[in-house]
Formats: sequence, structure tokens, C-alpha cells
Amino acid sequence: MPLGRRARRTALPLLLVGSLVLAACQATGAPSSSDGPRSPSTSAGAGLQANLVGAGATFPDPVYQEWIGAFTAENPGVSITYEPIGSGGGVEQFIAGSTDFGGSDAFMTDDELAAAEKAHGCAAVHIPTVFGAVAVAYNLPGVEGLVLDSSAIAKIFLGEIKTWNDPAIAALNPNATLPATDIIVAHRSDGSGTTSIFTTYLDGESGQWHDAVGKGKEVSWPTGVGGQGNDGVAAAIAQNEGGIGYVELSYAIENSLTVASVKNADGMAIEPTLESTAAAADGIEIPEDLRFNISGVAGKGYPIAGATWVLAYTCGYDAAKADALKAFLRWSLENGDDIARQLHYAPIGEALQVRALANVDRINAAG
Amino acid sequence: MKHARGDAAFRLTVTLSGVAVLGVLALMIISTTLDALPVLRSQGLGTFLTGTTWDPGGSRTAITGTYQAGVFLYGTLVTALIALLLAVPVSLGIGLFLSDIAHPRVRGPFVALIDLLAAIPSVVYGLWGLHFFAPVVLKPTAQTLSGGLGWIPLFEGPVIAFNVFYAGVVLAIMVLPIITSIAREVFSSVPDAQRHAAYAVGATRWEVMRSVVLPRSRPGIVGAIMLGLGRALGETIAVALLIGGATAINASIFQPGETVASKIVNTFQESAPEAVRALIALGVTLFAITIVINIAARLIVRRMGDLSGEAVA
Amino acid sequence: MIQTTSLLVRPRAVRSRLAVDRVVTGLVVLSAVVALVPLLLIVGVTVVRGLPAMNLEFLTETFNFSRRTAGGGYLHGLIGSLYMGALAALMAIPIGIAAGVFLTEFPRSRLAGPLRFFSDVMTGVPSVFVGLFVYTLLVSRIGFGTFVGAVSLAIIMLPIVVRASEEILRLVPGDLKRASYALGARQWQTVLRVVLPTAAPGLVTGSVLAIARALGETAPLVLTALAAQTVVLDFQGGGQTALPLLIFREARGAFAAGQERAWAGALELMLLVLVLSVIARYVGRRFHG
Repeated sequence: MPLGRRARRTALPLLLVGSLVLAACQATGAPSSSDGPRSPSTSAGAGLQANLVGAGATFPDPVYQEWIGAFTAENPGVSITYEPIGSGGGVEQFIAGSTDFGGSDAFMTDDELAAAEKAHGCAAVHIPTVFGAVAVAYNLPGVEGLVLDSSAIAKIFLGEIKTWNDPAIAALNPNATLPATDIIVAHRSDGSGTTSIFTTYLDGESGQWHDAVGKGKEVSWPTGVGGQGNDGVAAAIAQNEGGIGYVELSYAIENSLTVASVKNADGMAIEPTLESTAAAADGIEIPEDLRFNISGVAGKGYPIAGATWVLAYTCGYDAAKADALKAFLRWSLENGDDIARQLHYAPIGEALQVRALANVDRINAAG
Repeated sequence: MKHARGDAAFRLTVTLSGVAVLGVLALMIISTTLDALPVLRSQGLGTFLTGTTWDPGGSRTAITGTYQAGVFLYGTLVTALIALLLAVPVSLGIGLFLSDIAHPRVRGPFVALIDLLAAIPSVVYGLWGLHFFAPVVLKPTAQTLSGGLGWIPLFEGPVIAFNVFYAGVVLAIMVLPIITSIAREVFSSVPDAQRHAAYAVGATRWEVMRSVVLPRSRPGIVGAIMLGLGRALGETIAVALLIGGATAINASIFQPGETVASKIVNTFQESAPEAVRALIALGVTLFAITIVINIAARLIVRRMGDLSGEAVA
Repeated sequence: MIQTTSLLVRPRAVRSRLAVDRVVTGLVVLSAVVALVPLLLIVGVTVVRGLPAMNLEFLTETFNFSRRTAGGGYLHGLIGSLYMGALAALMAIPIGIAAGVFLTEFPRSRLAGPLRFFSDVMTGVPSVFVGLFVYTLLVSRIGFGTFVGAVSLAIIMLPIVVRASEEILRLVPGDLKRASYALGARQWQTVLRVVLPTAAPGLVTGSVLAIARALGETAPLVLTALAAQTVVLDFQGGGQTALPLLIFREARGAFAAGQERAWAGALELMLLVLVLSVIARYVGRRFHG
């Protein structure tokens, strides 16, 4: 169901009716979001009729699918498909107009936003949905509660710190007995949002890392064993004494991996949990367009975290589609926290939620 | 008159169909090469083939990253070599078994069973390899090997859960039926009269195989091995599931690796447009290698006499 | 070459020759047995692991929304596979058989040699490359979907159909053709009314085997059909799925329930391919026998 062609074709004859419904929708939209996070939005959603297709990031796929399942159970007239094709493909399909909404672990670049606006005739908006954290997992029998900081992590993944009893690690863990075991670094070999969050963190914290490796979904690793997906990295860690690598927090929790605490900007050693991930965004300066990286995390926040976004347009949907998409996103942001937590994703928190909902209201608002 | 026109139309139709088949192949080469060219040009062909850095950029239009295929070409060659090392002796053994030892009544069902091996989809090989064969059978084997021969870098431990060795062994099972079916035909095409002559002067069965059957079949065997090689180089899904994925060359076969084909399916989804173009350049490289091997193999097999195409398809 | 006479007079040498012979024969037989072990293991393990999850729900339902839990099935994959397989057959079989007819009816054409040779070569093109090709040619213009997935499968089928058709058509007795010509039939009439009907069962065999081969392909679909979570009946656009794609994705996933579904899917796919092969061979036997 290519939005570009089909939606525009049906939108033309429906222009008049559409703009009327749109106005009505905006009128009801505002109160429903001020009802408070827990209010069931079924009253607003009754009678919704639409087919929505989205595609993109694989990282939030499990939680999106369950949100879709719960939402469509309340709104049987709506059918929503989300294809976990990867962030790269998600952004491309979104720009090409072959999906109604996109999903991406990395916010769109200026280049991509310009391309989207040019292809579609109006701006795209970013709607953050959940936070993911990246945990540093390790395999060192007898050593629990390891503490690392950004400089130690950078040096380990650059191959400069080669053994576990290196003074840099020992200084961070005065009470631990660190063996002379060789460190075996494990990293993702496929492109992934997890790698992007991890390398963006190191890139911002370590100048040495910035010069040698940089950031991205796929980078050129100076050392270590590559693994396909979280599974590949986890296996490489589990099977090698002395192994260390990074995996999605949800994966680490699900599989009870031993993970390190990481020092944030306040020098606090923070264990990666859903709470500390949610806290990560608390003190963060988030720009108007909601495109942000999480860096300089302080307080009780865990520093290696990032958001994942739904992408949508400010125009071009027919009214039924726009209503359904807005209702779904609103429902997910307001009522989806429990499902997210069960699946080990961190909710984005109330402050950001208000701003995300404001962006939901901009969908189709440009007419 | 009308009928003659019918003949002309008929000839035109079937000729066009033939041209279409060749056209698809030509289009395949042109379309992919055009997309790969910007990448090859920006990297330089030599650097692209031999370098070991793969550092994709995120641009939609330009080529901003570094794309070098060395790691994946190495992984492709090593997995294929492991596969051939294991599959060739067994395949030749089965070929000899079928042509010179097995009772004719055993032959038919046996061939059908080996063909069945070829009919199993590669994703099933991958699933079975990943969740059964590797952990249950190959892991202990690998650990024994690295225990005894670990001082050789090639067999150095530890054994990682996804590795080049696992991919190579499963690949061996997959190319086995291809090499076997050609080897069998080649061996069977040796005239029985020559075998009888050798037996008549008192040669043992092995001596007949060694001095009559094998020498006469040598070009055919070479062709069979090369066809197996071509298949091993291009196999994608089973390898992608087993090899793990790596961005650098590891000396040990018990470490993860990456082949050209597995790299393509593993990273396609998360790639920006420029990186997709780089993957297409990888694909063109793989295609060039396999097509050269295929053409050479088929020329050799063809010279052996007209073996039925069925065996090689 | 064989110094049998001199060896025959030396019993010790004979004994060692016989011993070598026995060892080698043993090895040859062993290799045959060794080859059967993986076959038994693959079929056996797939049946044992696949059967428990292979129930009515698995066959008749699509994914449920929670991937981590058991339940739901691969109906969308089955439909996608059959949909794309049928489209691919419609594209590849007529052209493939026509090209086969060309090879047998006009064997001395300058096109015949290259066509035969490059059809063989095409069977050796890595299937992932076929996917890349369709991506560059079609997906980059019209997006992922059923049709582009079917095109990639059709390209995989095409050379198989061409070569199989030629083999079969060549078996049609020359006498039949000559009789037809003697009755005044033109070439096109002879081919349409005599050659093709005579060869029909064999052509069906070749075509069905090609379909079976295409249904098992995964790599080209990763790059063309991409993915779908529910039953897709759209001809093009929005992605499509297939049994091999679902198996591939869930095999490498982290959820145990997904891996169970993957085994059941593997069993379903294997049965599908085997049933097609058996049908093909049954039809084919009617032709040869």
C-alpha cells in the first residue's frame, strides 16, 4: 500500500470531506491527550477504519507488535502492520512513500529530512517511543559488579587495555580481585542500532575513539571477535573466559548476562536497569524536533542509552488513516508502558511523552 | 500460405524465448555492475579486492565510506576449501561405490537418497546446523581438534559458537550431492570393457579403480570439484546462520568469519543506500568469481563427452 | 600399467594387494554410509523437533502479536510461498519450455550453442546475486513485494526449465515427428499437436522440480520480498513473506518459542518440497515408462 500514489489519489476527491474531518479530529485530539496517561482512549478510537503499514527498526519490533496487538483488539476496524526491516530500510521506505510510517533507531539526518520533504511535499516528524540501553556484558568468573568508565571502555574496545588486571580497570574496582586473563572483545558484525548507540556514546566521551573509530551502525573495529546479532555477541562472551561485549539491555536481562556498571557524568557507577535507562533522559537537553542523542548523562541515569523513533508526515494521509495512526501512537505512548517494561524497554518518561504527543498531533496537520 | 506464416511466427516465438533467457543473464550483469561502479571507482578495484576495512557511510547519494572486500573474500575461500576438503573424498568414494561396487539394485535407491540431500532447502540446513548439528556434533569435534592441535594458529581455541569451521562442514554436506552426481556419471562412463580387461589380467577391484577408472575420469573429476566449488562460494543462507559474522580476518577456523554472500544478507537491511551499493559491488565480485569457475568447469565437463545436464543442474 | 603377472608369482605381494583392496573397498563403502548419516539426521531431527509445534494452529494462523510466546503459525509464509511460486512458474515455465523447443527444433541455429551453455552457467549463479539483480532492476524503482520476489524466483527457475525441457523434448521419437510431417503438418503444427503433448508429462516433471527448487530459496527473497507479518494478497508493494524467510528470521532470533516455530516451518517446507518432487517423479515415470 504505497502511501505516495494510492493515498494521494484517494486524498484528492476527499479533499473537502478530509479537511472537515481533520479539523474535527484536531479538536478532539487535544482533550484526549490531556486526559492523563492512563485514560483508555477507546471513546476517541471507536469507529476507526484504516489499514496502516509501517516498516523499520528491528530493535523495537517486539514491543511495537504487542502494542499493535493490544490497540487493534480495542479498535477492530484498524489493521496495522509493522515490518522489522531495519532502520536503514525503514527510513528509505518512508522517504519513498511506500509505508505510512517509519521506524528508526537513528534519527533522520538533515540530508534525509530534506529528501523526505522534497519527495512528499511536507515535513516529517520524529516521535520517540521507547528507550533502549546498551549493556556492557562480560565473562569473568568470580568478578561481579564490575565498574567501568567511558575511558576504560574505549581503551578496551580499541585494544589498548589487553588484560583484566590492567591498572585502569583496577583503579575503578579497588575491591575486586582481577585476574591476568586476556580480554576478548566481542562486537556486532552486522549493522545495528545497538552499535550506533554504543559507538555514539564512546564517540562523544573519548577523543581517541572519535579519531580512531567514530560512530555509526557499522564501524571498522580495531580489535575483537564479530558476532551476528545480540545472539552472536552473547555467545562470543559466554564461551570465552575474559570476554566482554555490548548487547541490548533487554537481551541482557532476558538472558541473565553479567553486566558492568558504568560511571556517568556525575561519576556515579550506574547499573543498567529499566529505571536507570528511563532516568538517562531526565537531564538531557532535547531539541524542538526531538532528534537527540543521549550524552552527558548525570544523576541516576545510565549513560549508554538511546531512543527509537516512529517517523510520520505532516501531510498527505487521508483522514481515516491519519486518525488511526494518531490514535495508535497516542494509545502506545499513553498506555504502552506496561507492555514495554515487560519486554524490558524503558518508557520515555512523562516530560518527553508530552512533547512526543505534540508531534503526534502534527501528523497531517499541514494538510 | 497461412501455414507458412505460422511456421515463421513459431520460429520467432521460440527464438525470442531463447534470446530472453540470454537477455536475462546479460541484463543481470549490466544492471548490477552499473550500480556497483561508483563504489568500485571510489575505492579502486585493487583496494576493493585486497583491503580489509569495511566502514560504511550513511549517505543517500554519495560514496563516503570505506569498502574493501578482503575479509569476506578470505572467509568465502576458507569455508569453500573446508567444504571441498571434506566433501571431495567422500563424493568420489560414493561415486566409486555406485559405479564399481554397489549392486545395481542398490544403485537406484541410493542415488535417489543422495538427490534428496540436494533437494533440502538451504535454510533447513542452516536451522539444523545452528540448533542441532553444530552444538551436538561439531562442537565436541572442534574442541578435540583445538585441544590437540591448538598450537597451530588455524586450530587455536577457544571454539566460538558461530565459526568458519561449522559453516564449512555444513557446506560440505550441501555440495556433496553435486560432486557425487557428476563423479558417478563420469565413473560410469568409463567403458566396462576396459574394467573387464583389467580384471582379466588379475587386477584387484582397487587396482581397477586406480589404474583404469580414476585416470580416465580425471578431467571430469576436476570439473565436478569446480562445480562444487562454485556452489560452495555462492551458498548464502546456511552459511549466514552458522558463520557468526566478523569484520576482520581471524587465523583460527573456530572463530567467526564472514563470506561475501553472508555479508550481503546479514547487513542488507540496516544499510544506507551507499552501503547497499557497496553490497552490490560485493555481489558482482562473487558473481564474477563463480561465473569464471562455472564456465571453466562446464567446458571441462563438456569435453568429457555429453553428460546429461540434469546432473549439473 | 598393472604388473599382475610378476605379482601373481609372489604370494606375499598378492596378500598385501588383497589387503589394500579390502581396505579401500571398505573406505569406499564407508563413504557411502557417511553420506547417509547427515541425511538421516536432517530429516530425523527436523521431524522430531518440528512435529510437536506442527499443529492445526500453526498451519492455519499467522503470527500472533507476541513473538516471545508460543502459538501462532506460518500461514502467511505458506501463502506467500505459494503465491510467489505460482507467479514465478507463470513467468518462467512458458519461456523456459519455448527456449527448450528452440534448442530441439533449431539445433543448428547460431544461438543454440550459447543458449545451452549459458543456461547451464546460469544454474550456477549464486541465488543471492539473483536477489541483488532484481533489487537493482526492480526494487529500487517499484519497492519490495510479491511480484519482485516472484521475478527473482522465476530467474532461478528459468535455466532449470530450459535444460530439463530440452532433455525431455529430445526424447520424443523422431518417427512421430516424421509421421506428422508426412501427413502434411507444418513444423508449428507438429510441435504444438504432436511433440508437446507427447512430452507433456516430462515437461511437467521438469517444471515441478524447478518450482520445488524455487520454493526452498531464501537469499533472493531477503532482497526482494523482504518481509511481512500477515497474509499479503497485494500483487506488488509493501513486502511479502515466505516459509524460508520466516524460518531464517526465527532461527536466529532470541526467543525459544520462535525457534520451535522455525522447526515446524522447516518440516512444513521440507514436506512441501518433497511432495512436489514425488509428484514430479510420479508424473515423469508415466512418461518414461
